Amino acid sequence: MMRWLVNVGLLCSKELRSLMHDRVLLGLIVFAFSAGVLLVANGVKVEVSNATIAFIDEDHSALSRRMRDAVLPPYFKPPVLVDRAQALHGMDEGDYIFVVDIPPNFESDVMAGRMPAIQLRVDATAMTQAGLGTAYLNEIMLAEVTDMLHAPALVDQIPFTAPSRIRFNPNSESKWFTSVMQIVTNITILSIVLVGAAVIREREHGTLEHLLVMPVTASEIAVAKIVTNGLVIFVGAIISLWLVVHVWLGVPLAGSITLFAACSLLYLFSATALGIMLATVAPTMPQFGLLVVPVYAVAYLLSGAATPVESMPPAMQVVVRFLPTTQFVNLSQAILYRDAGLGAIIQPLLTVTVTGIVFLVFALARFRSMLARQE
Amino acid sequence: MTADTPHNPAGITITGVTHRYGTVTALDDVTLDLPAGTTIGLVGPDGVGKSTLLGLIAGVRRLQAGTLNVLGSDMGDRRAREAFLPRVAFMPQGLGRNLYPTLSVWENIDFFARLFGLDAQARDARIQRLLDATGLAPFPDRAAGHLSGGMKQKVSLCCALVHDPDLLILDEPTTGVDPLSRQQFWTLVDQLRKERPSMTVIVSTAYMDEAERFSWLVAMDGGRVLISDRTHSVLERTHTTSLEDAYISLLPDNKRQQASGFVIPPYTDPGGPPAIEAEHLTRRFGSFTAVSDVSFTISRGEIFGFLGSNGCGKSTTMKMLTGLLDVTSGTAKLFGEQITAGDMKTRMRIGYMSQAFSLYEELTVRQNLMLQARLYRMPAGRAAQAVEQSLDSFELRPYADVSPASLPLGIRQRLQLAAACINNPEILILDEPTSGVDPAARDMFWRHLIRLSREGHVTIFVSTHFMNEAARCDRISLMHRGHVLAVGTPAELVKKRGAPNLEAAFIAYLEDAEAATDAQTPPPKPATPTRAWWHGVSSTLATRLGRVGGSWLPRAWAFARREAVELLRDRLRLTCALLGPLILLVVAASSISFDVEGVGFTVSDHDRTTISRQLIDSFRGSAYFHERAPVADADTLDCAIRNGRVQLALDIPAGFARDMEAGRRPEVGVIIDGAVPFLAANVRAYVTGVLGEYASTLGQELPRGPATPITIEPRFSYNQEFRSIYAMTPGVIMLALILIPTMLTALGVVREKEVGSIVNLYASPASVGQYLMGKQAPYVALATISYFMLVAVAVIIMGVPLKGSLLALTVGGVLFVLSATGLGLLISTFVSSQVAAIFGTSIICLIPAVNFSGLLYPASTLTGISRIVGLGFPASWYQLISLGCFTKGLGISSFWPMYLALAAFGAVYMLAARLLLKKQEA
Repeated sequence: MMRWLVNVGLLCSKELRSLMHDRVLLGLIVFAFSAGVLLVANGVKVEVSNATIAFIDEDHSALSRRMRDAVLPPYFKPPVLVDRAQALHGMDEGDYIFVVDIPPNFESDVMAGRMPAIQLRVDATAMTQAGLGTAYLNEIMLAEVTDMLHAPALVDQIPFTAPSRIRFNPNSESKWFTSVMQIVTNITILSIVLVGAAVIREREHGTLEHLLVMPVTASEIAVAKIVTNGLVIFVGAIISLWLVVHVWLGVPLAGSITLFAACSLLYLFSATALGIMLATVAPTMPQFGLLVVPVYAVAYLLSGAATPVESMPPAMQVVVRFLPTTQFVNLSQAILYRDAGLGAIIQPLLTVTVTGIVFLVFALARFRSMLARQE
Repeated sequence: MTADTPHNPAGITITGVTHRYGTVTALDDVTLDLPAGTTIGLVGPDGVGKSTLLGLIAGVRRLQAGTLNVLGSDMGDRRAREAFLPRVAFMPQGLGRNLYPTLSVWENIDFFARLFGLDAQARDARIQRLLDATGLAPFPDRAAGHLSGGMKQKVSLCCALVHDPDLLILDEPTTGVDPLSRQQFWTLVDQLRKERPSMTVIVSTAYMDEAERFSWLVAMDGGRVLISDRTHSVLERTHTTSLEDAYISLLPDNKRQQASGFVIPPYTDPGGPPAIEAEHLTRRFGSFTAVSDVSFTISRGEIFGFLGSNGCGKSTTMKMLTGLLDVTSGTAKLFGEQITAGDMKTRMRIGYMSQAFSLYEELTVRQNLMLQARLYRMPAGRAAQAVEQSLDSFELRPYADVSPASLPLGIRQRLQLAAACINNPEILILDEPTSGVDPAARDMFWRHLIRLSREGHVTIFVSTHFMNEAARCDRISLMHRGHVLAVGTPAELVKKRGAPNLEAAFIAYLEDAEAATDAQTPPPKPATPTRAWWHGVSSTLATRLGRVGGSWLPRAWAFARREAVELLRDRLRLTCALLGPLILLVVAASSISFDVEGVGFTVSDHDRTTISRQLIDSFRGSAYFHERAPVADADTLDCAIRNGRVQLALDIPAGFARDMEAGRRPEVGVIIDGAVPFLAANVRAYVTGVLGEYASTLGQELPRGPATPITIEPRFSYNQEFRSIYAMTPGVIMLALILIPTMLTALGVVREKEVGSIVNLYASPASVGQYLMGKQAPYVALATISYFMLVAVAVIIMGVPLKGSLLALTVGGVLFVLSATGLGLLISTFVSSQVAAIFGTSIICLIPAVNFSGLLYPASTLTGISRIVGLGFPASWYQLISLGCFTKGLGISSFWPMYLALAAFGAVYMLAARLLLKKQEA
């Protein structure tokens, strides 16, 4: 056992030197954890924001103007006044997501209590904006009309109040969410690519074979790769979480960083083991490159970092319970935002660990047969 | 420097050429005048600058200082050099290094012929003649990767000669080739020269006996020229009879010492069980038997030589003995014990050196040795000692702190031996340890082996091509095509065949074996190569291209064709490239959804009246919400949210119904988990909706129901049913078409650099532009097929209607694929390793494609930097086309700006790659 540890240690220091050797790669890692995170955190709004909107105003009344003026940032970009043809063309081009069509005599109909209709065209291909945006526009326009009529606001007509309290991210700030999720995505891609490619590289250069003639076991080689690359990624991720996310972006981290760090170590183990497993399947680097793309892309899309797991089809929700990435996203959210205790993350933690072990066992079983394969 | 240099204006004139790699000087102010129309031998130990000099003459390396005039062309001048390149052929060092392993013999030569612009008829005739001459005619279809080393070199030679060069440059062509093949190789060169006496041939070699064939001789040492003269004059001037002696006499005194001969003490068996026993050892790879029924016994302390051509099964046998490969049948024993894969004890007793360099180029020489020593379980202190000792005894001290990558082959091999010996193993298994090592270094190497064997009783099992090395072994075994032909002491074997020397004996054995196999199988007829189905198409296309584009397009076509054949042979890559996008599409488009449903909620009902239950029921009745077990108090409620069990919690106060009836407007607590903002916003909107509905039902019982003064009629355009799959599918197609085609080309250039076949670009008259275009074309075709498959699956299987014009979508698709593959090539020319290429491509593509291209969030809502990033990336433009065609029913006329943008991206990427990729090595 002692021997095993010493060998792993030796191989780790070798691995670290190899990694430090590739400057372009190091630059890319730094970029991913700094600028990459900033770019996504500052650029992506996960809910309705800056939605583009146009008005077709055939009424030209004070009310129609009021309604237009009520559509405000940050939810909406300042509305554009267009005619019908322009509106349709603009929607085709993807310039407008919403078009509000105010009919002639709208104001006078409202005053007369004739309940006129406003048509709201929505580009329903913009799924993230369309549903909520429609609800918001509904609220805004009703509020304007009731205000104009000096009628009590709709909410005041309900015989009870229901102020909603949003926990953990009271102002629904996107960057709180996207910054952390980008770190998770970086961890996933890096783990799979770095470790897997390191294995293939050693095989292509014959050094793997050389190691296996020495009193070194496949598990030592694999673990050394997992530990070294895992640690580099871990350090990058934690520094990024602290400096970029917490200090620079000012995202409060509710939960225990230590617990998160411990969980990410487990996840790193799982993802790097997956990388090694894929490397034993793909004999050459170009094949490996093509194999990993669908793997990390699917892992990312199903992780819950892109779209909530809750909105996936029920069958898929069951499947993703066994995906380490999804479970890591799940527990990162639990720890970092909700300050959940260990009890709440046992199940995801278990998934992450067990999948890691399965990947590693599979990889080790294939290690020798991979060398025997004739090129 | 030399006395009677003939004055030949059209020869090779080198004046004051100096070449440095970083701080290492490879050539030091070399001035040479070489005649044309003759054969020139370039001899000298490793690392004296032979390869550098040849690289400069061939034009594959950039001239740093001095002037170089080759056959009347100034190599320092770009135009002159480019005009000269079609007249030269360069065969780089290393067995088949410039060949493409998955291409057949014919295809490899054909590629070079196309590169040099031969037309179809000339090509076929020329290749056939070369194959006939080299004896390769029976194997036009065999993949180059499956050839023996000797055959690879012959193919390489064919490739070099296919365009009838005026100058043929061969860099150590026979290194690592068995004597029979070597003999055949030189006969071949002589024949070809007879056909074309005007051809100048420059050969570098480590075999002094070979150098005697050349009429002119250049000897080098330490980046300088020792002598350059007619071969016979060299012998006269040095008063020696052989070039080996002549070379040694030319060396400075201190170096001459090392190269003196040595004696081998006779072998005495120290007794004990034999060190290595192999009985009926057989190994098969699929249907191919690499080693067949091989038996031998090696006693302790014996030096046992393994002779045979490349690919005869030597390496496989050795790998079985080290436990790297499992035996198919038979037994292999070390020290009387059967070899098992995981046996660490035996591994401790073996030192192994593989054929190819297998130490770490990222570590320095010292670090490599240290790692090796420590892995052989030496404590740090002792390991450091052993490393220092080894640096001295293997004369590696001058290189202790440099990377092996910058060292010449011979020194790298010495390092490998030092590494294999570092733990004083009892058995050394050395697989062609001296391939490519110069004579002096080889002698030094052998002195070590003899010392280890005779003094340390180390058993040495060594394979070699060198007959003088084989003669030094205690016993040798001749191997051919997986069989052992003969075993015995060198003297016995020579006697048995009645041959004058070991080389002749070996050749006799080989010829017998060949005759025997020939007798069994019908004599190989010169086979006509099988042409794949694409051959006809490609030929016509090539002719057409030639008609249109002069010589420019056919050259690009040569690259494209080669790349395409390689791709078609690589089933795994092909499968991944076509299936990967489909998997991505099916999984993503069918599972990504924005329809938030079944959000878990819990209630803490302190009121417990019909009214409060009605309120809860209105949530239960909604498809948006799914009830979990109710909670008793505020603490557990908080806990349920915190642990993620529910995303919504309702807190109905005691007296809710009563207060409401009394008009006191009680407050219902609504607590929403905001960890995922998108989800939270939706939940809030749903809650408002449900509560509003609940209130309106109350209206029937209570006096004040809300009334709306207007109606708002939302009309969902393009996706009336508001189904995520319709909205997501076009985006996922965009994602698949940026991630995978980019990855397809991202490894192209950097891999060729790592493998070494990029030298074909350097040495050929083809331009970087042709090379890049050729590299891109097959992948564009593949990605276009992938695009059609994606659209077909989306429409037919997933039922996503394509409302707009297929033509418009396809034009966009092809342009998008062009820019994606262009981006891949750009990344490939920029990065320094394949690892970086894969990771770089992943990050560079995934971040903007997912976030800033309108996949999840419409590009029109982006502001600031994200907008710039989005617009500066082709995916956002294609997303508009994909969405427009699929969901909005638009046609070509709507997409001109997008087409233009995509075309511009493609052009800019290729242009940048063109500027980054240099046509010469440093």
